[in-house]
Amino acid sequence: MSILVNNKTRLVVQGITGRDGSFHTSKMKAYGTNIVAGVSPGKGGRQVEGIPVFNTVEEAVKATKANTSIIFVPAPLAGDAIMEAAEAGVELVICISEGVPTLDMVKATTYLKKKGVKLIGANCPGLITPGEALVGILPATIFLKGNVGLMSRSGTLTYEMVNQLTTHGIGQSTCVGIGGDPVAGLYYQELLQMFEDDPETEAIVLIGEIGGDAEERAAQYIKEHITKPVVAFIAGQTAPPGKRMGHAGAIISSGSGTAAEKIEAFEAIGVPVARRPVEIPALVKELLEKRAKA
Amino acid sequence: MKIHEYQAKEIFSRYAIPITREKVCFTVEEVEQTASEFEMPVVVKAQVLVGGRGKAGGVKLARSVEEAKAAGEQILGMNIKGLTVEKVLVAQGIKFNSEYYVGLTIDRNSKSVIFMASSEGGVEIEEVAKVNPDAIHKFVIDPDLGMTAFLARKIAFKLFSDFSLVKQAVVMFRQLYQIFVDTDASLVEINPLVVTDDGELLALDGKMNFDDNALFRQPAIEVLNEPDEDEKKELEAKDKGLSYIRLDGSIGCMVNGAGLAMATMDLVKHFGGQPANFLDIGGSSSPQKVIDAMNLLLSDKNVKVVMINIFGGITRCDDVARGLVTALNQMKVDIPIVVRLSGTNARQGLEIIKEANLPVVNTMSEAAQEAIRLCAACQ
Repeated sequence: MSILVNNKTRLVVQGITGRDGSFHTSKMKAYGTNIVAGVSPGKGGRQVEGIPVFNTVEEAVKATKANTSIIFVPAPLAGDAIMEAAEAGVELVICISEGVPTLDMVKATTYLKKKGVKLIGANCPGLITPGEALVGILPATIFLKGNVGLMSRSGTLTYEMVNQLTTHGIGQSTCVGIGGDPVAGLYYQELLQMFEDDPETEAIVLIGEIGGDAEERAAQYIKEHITKPVVAFIAGQTAPPGKRMGHAGAIISSGSGTAAEKIEAFEAIGVPVARRPVEIPALVKELLEKRAKA
Repeated sequence: MKIHEYQAKEIFSRYAIPITREKVCFTVEEVEQTASEFEMPVVVKAQVLVGGRGKAGGVKLARSVEEAKAAGEQILGMNIKGLTVEKVLVAQGIKFNSEYYVGLTIDRNSKSVIFMASSEGGVEIEEVAKVNPDAIHKFVIDPDLGMTAFLARKIAFKLFSDFSLVKQAVVMFRQLYQIFVDTDASLVEINPLVVTDDGELLALDGKMNFDDNALFRQPAIEVLNEPDEDEKKELEAKDKGLSYIRLDGSIGCMVNGAGLAMATMDLVKHFGGQPANFLDIGGSSSPQKVIDAMNLLLSDKNVKVVMINIFGGITRCDDVARGLVTALNQMKVDIPIVVRLSGTNARQGLEIIKEANLPVVNTMSEAAQEAIRLCAACQ
């Protein structure tokens, strides 16, 4: 088991002919992800890396039974691409595109909810179930199959954390980058529950950052619903207030959304918070050992 | 992106939301002239893109043309939180008997636009949220339905019992939502919304912020942008696909990804150093981006050492390495550089860096500590 993606994933790549789309298609394929189709309007009939390209997601799904879509199209077109995938009948959409207008995401997330389709992102690195499927832009070599589920608002910080875990021999069940935009798809609560329900996951790492109150809400959810051990990290402990740190989400406004508040929320419910990335492996190891004994 | 009060109210006015009679003035003479055309009293209000202008003395009531002129003299050129006041709004003074707050923003949790309304207008809504959160009514708007008349009525009845006010509010609230959607706003606020002595609803003050990601399709909004010096640098960076915020320290940081960039700053501080900036070079970095990033970092004369921390995903480490080598060939760099590359194509990247005889380290902890050591050695 694992969550969201595995060896049953049949992936369609929207924007497969673009620079990033084609590059990461080859990386995902090399990892062993089952990529069944690509979509690029006006370029149907071609092949990329031996993968058939279609003009619409609907055609791609009909011809190949794709059940998951990953999106690399330019940001102004991404909201539409997300809805196209959902309309075509995939179960899960992962949107990598960065800089999607917020109101486009409001519209798209509303539509996907009505359709019962799951979304990860936008502005995210995607996800990986080590040994089974890489659906995203994460650097495959750093992952190790194992039993730690990881979720993060930040892409590259995820890699840093995973690298720490893998270097210390701690493998991962599934790692999900949820993205840093104000309106995004699956968030901490949903993923926490999926990891809780996944028999392969024994511990959860949650990587948050300043801005908003998603971490505080996650802490509340953990307290009420999660029995597996959770370790957290919050980026932006030294960020100045009022400045938007790259991610639209990463802004401290008038005394709320600070790292200190988030750290306190986790520690108050007994979730240890690493102050530096290097502290993560030891914390996870300790909790895993405790759980094994119990 | 933010705009001034007078610009927000111009937009309100175009959507038939009643505002005060008012005129923006750039000189004391204009203030005097405008005041002489208006009935007394008038209010002279600083137009700066920062909150708290009232407390700073940037809003004055004038009962005569002379008082208005004096207020103009005081406020124009005034410094409010580091910004110089270059224009003031001269607005007709209005008699009103009650103040309200209404605003629209994006709610992360419901993933929708929400309408907020409160009978406690005229004070900062953040204060109300802290002291008396129950006083703020929140309504989630279904994007497929938009602001329906029944929803607008529901909100209006929370604020008003007089049906003539409810009717005016319904029209106004629906228009406000239309403004939000039409302009790709991230915030639209009327604070205070007042009921005048004549029983009319009127927007006494207005505020609008916009979604930077949508400016490409909002040319009429984008032209209103007035970046200050720091923001100009940030915008210049943004045009090149970089996200830059200047800070006070001496360790220039070049990182890919906002989260990792913040964690890098945290780590530098943890080991006792001071980051000179937040700089996220983003994904899919072409070599040119790295050249631009180096130029940007070195334009800050406080920078004594450059620390590069890249964990490649969509960013390819060999692209970064090539960009760095090209940058170093093009420009004269006489400060030390510490490079850490991991992830996608790291091996190829490190080979390029090593060929160029640049020092490399393996982890971000090492990078931070080495940067701090080199920084201390330079001083």
